[in-house]
Amino acid sequence: MTEIVWHGRGGQGAFTAARLLGAAYTMRGDDRYALAFPSFGPERRGAPIRAFTKLDNKPIGDRSEVEKGDYSIFLDDTLFAEAAFSELKPEGKILLNTKRSPADSRVIAIDGDTLAAEVLKLPITNTIMLGTFAAIFRDITLAEIVEAIRQYMPEKLHKKNIAAVTAAAETAAREARR
Amino acid sequence: MAKKFLSGNEAFAEGIRLARPQVISAYPITPQTIVVERLSEMVEDGSLQSEFIHVESEHSALSCAMGASAVGARAFTATSSQGLLYMAECLTYASGGRFPIVMMNANRSTALPWNIYGDQRDSLSQLDCGWIQAYAENAQESLDLALMSYFVAEHPEVSTPFMANLDGFVLTHTYEMVDVPTPDQADAFLPAYQTENKLDLEHPRNLAFSAGPDHNTAFKYKEHLGLLNAQKAVAEAEARFVEIFGRQYTGLTENYRTADADYILITLGSIAGLARETVDRLRKQGERVGLLRLRYMRPFPGAEIAEAVKHAKAVAVLEKDISFGNEGTVYTNVNSALLKAGLSMPSSNYIGGLGGKNISQTEIEGIFRDLKQETVRIQFLGIGGEDE
Repeated sequence: MTEIVWHGRGGQGAFTAARLLGAAYTMRGDDRYALAFPSFGPERRGAPIRAFTKLDNKPIGDRSEVEKGDYSIFLDDTLFAEAAFSELKPEGKILLNTKRSPADSRVIAIDGDTLAAEVLKLPITNTIMLGTFAAIFRDITLAEIVEAIRQYMPEKLHKKNIAAVTAAAETAAREARR
Repeated sequence: MAKKFLSGNEAFAEGIRLARPQVISAYPITPQTIVVERLSEMVEDGSLQSEFIHVESEHSALSCAMGASAVGARAFTATSSQGLLYMAECLTYASGGRFPIVMMNANRSTALPWNIYGDQRDSLSQLDCGWIQAYAENAQESLDLALMSYFVAEHPEVSTPFMANLDGFVLTHTYEMVDVPTPDQADAFLPAYQTENKLDLEHPRNLAFSAGPDHNTAFKYKEHLGLLNAQKAVAEAEARFVEIFGRQYTGLTENYRTADADYILITLGSIAGLARETVDRLRKQGERVGLLRLRYMRPFPGAEIAEAVKHAKAVAVLEKDISFGNEGTVYTNVNSALLKAGLSMPSSNYIGGLGGKNISQTEIEGIFRDLKQETVRIQFLGIGGEDE
């Protein structure tokens, strides 16, 4: 099972990204299962929230929050701290939206804010980080992410968010080739 | 069928859209709200033709559903926790009046302390009110139960209201891939509601009347028989269901690797998923363990439980409930079934998940480890709170 923990603030769309990823993963025929859920409780704009996506090739019985993930994705680097590493599996990776360049090899840094400003004209990075994840994680395609956006986001958001995941995936692929 | 990535609440709402209730009475409460929100959107966009009535309380929500049912309409409502308790007066009206209303209940803790998270004390406290009670494990079963609930409730030999329970948040707010049937398939499965138990100008009759000491027991006995008949109706619904939709359900209970199991965990609701994974993991280590999931609490599957566990060396009931001053209510019910069947293996009770507390795989493994000692214990899981 691959377990992903999303970190964001209320209103940044972390759970939307978690849900789109689960929908995208399960799109390809049988033997693909996903659960997606937010950290439960009162919702407040701006407050730290987490969301979870679990992906597997068999039905997933464990509905509890992920304690140690394969990936931690931070939409906002003000939420990132040293404690993030204790929430990772040994081979786990952190995808961090930041303008800084963290030295730790477990951290993959993306300047999502700049991409979001260019593509979305808004400081919202959920689909930017989703596109980045699609480029890094072998078992999902950008086409599946795009299809999930078409099926599960309101129509008026399709164009910009498809552009966002595509731009992010291209950027991540370019970085990886360097 | 179309595959959709839905939460438990959304899956249930899809099932209700397919069942086409003519009246929906709604009063929102976390974690049920999404169900009535989705249904209101379906009515708004015309994909569901129904009278959507936004009432002022849960007491009114169920009263309104009864009014609809009393003129022969198919009625739906939904609630949770304090809302269910606020409805309590109307619950026995609906069952005694033999109104086959379907209600979804999002299982949630009851106050105080105030808590919006999941446990099953709300619905289990209402076991005696004369409603059928089913507990879903996942989003697919939630959708399928929504459809089957009307078939069972409206069955002429049942005519009893149906409470479909979904664990709050871990099921109601968790997204999974779900097969959504087509309206044609749903129509082939579920006939239109027809009853003589209605107000009808052509055939005037008295409904919801008084019955004094002379007749009361007879009415209550018939109500009891109606609920017992639900078992047969569930079997009929599931036989029809598998033919049309290809998904097989197993009646009031589900046995998982119980046939040769020495130690059997009995539980209900969405925690069964993790319990099943734990059984698989322990089986790989050579442990003879099994899971018995109670899909229905009323009618109570006493004979099925006894049959499933008769060769076991010990059993445990894991439930998100406590009847204060005694033990878990599911445990009490299970023990009665064992006693009637002449079974005397040790039976233990684990009370967990109260107020949304997570139940871990380690804890479930611990229950199976305890079972090997073949003693009787009544134990709370993860009491916590020491450092607060």
